[in-house]
Amino acid sequence: MGDELRLTIAADVDVVEARQQGRALAAVAGFSSGEQTVIAAAISEIARNILMYAKKGEITLSLVQNGDRQGVSIIASDQGPGIPDIERAMQYGYSTSHGVGAGLPGAKRLMDEFDLKSVVGQGTTVTMRKWRRSI
Amino acid sequence: MEVPILRQGQYLIASIQSALTDADLSHLREALIAQVGRSRCRGVIVDVTALDVMDSFAVRTLRDIAHMARLRGAETVIVGIQPDVAFAMVQLGLTLKGVATVLDLEEGLAFLDGRTKERTLEVKPKRPSGRG
Repeated sequence: MGDELRLTIAADVDVVEARQQGRALAAVAGFSSGEQTVIAAAISEIARNILMYAKKGEITLSLVQNGDRQGVSIIASDQGPGIPDIERAMQYGYSTSHGVGAGLPGAKRLMDEFDLKSVVGQGTTVTMRKWRRSI
Repeated sequence: MEVPILRQGQYLIASIQSALTDADLSHLREALIAQVGRSRCRGVIVDVTALDVMDSFAVRTLRDIAHMARLRGAETVIVGIQPDVAFAMVQLGLTLKGVATVLDLEEGLAFLDGRTKERTLEVKPKRPSGRG
């Protein structure tokens, strides 16, 4: 799968760094600038989620390939409190932190694949992918 | 990265120069709202041309700026949302409902001129009709 880029998320500057790195990787994968922005926005949402709920975590960015399709994979993981009610957390407009509630459901809308695993008391892992549209 | 806030006549112009952290955005909100009062401004322009991503926090902060400024007597207009940024915002389901947005700085100034004129007319006391 080639190289991975691991980024620590522990401060708001890390959120900016993560989305910039994500955009750069999406450019390497050949995504259009519109899609690069979409990917950067999705990373921004999940990185902020780490900061808000777990305070600290990690984002791993990598290029992925499926047959002749190219894409990017983003894995966000933390050892935070976990999400007690995943169904609610995925509801658009629902927030426990006075946010707009666009974080996780927003990121899901932006990506092609989205998987959320969370164990209360142990942490949360979000895995998401976006594939390049074939020409 | 602090956002410079310039004063031009009755307006404040904040032009964002680079990517902003959440703390930078919150700071911009506070600085603008304080300055609206201090310099008795009637209008605020936030130029986001340089922003390459607007996520939910950025959108919420811009909305807050506009609503807070309105409570302090100033109109806000957001200028320079890039096409890619607009595309991602729509996909994310983010809107700037209730907030004026125009293409660029020039249109922003024209918009505020129009709005502040309207407001001045509204508050002008009615002349007695002379028939009493």
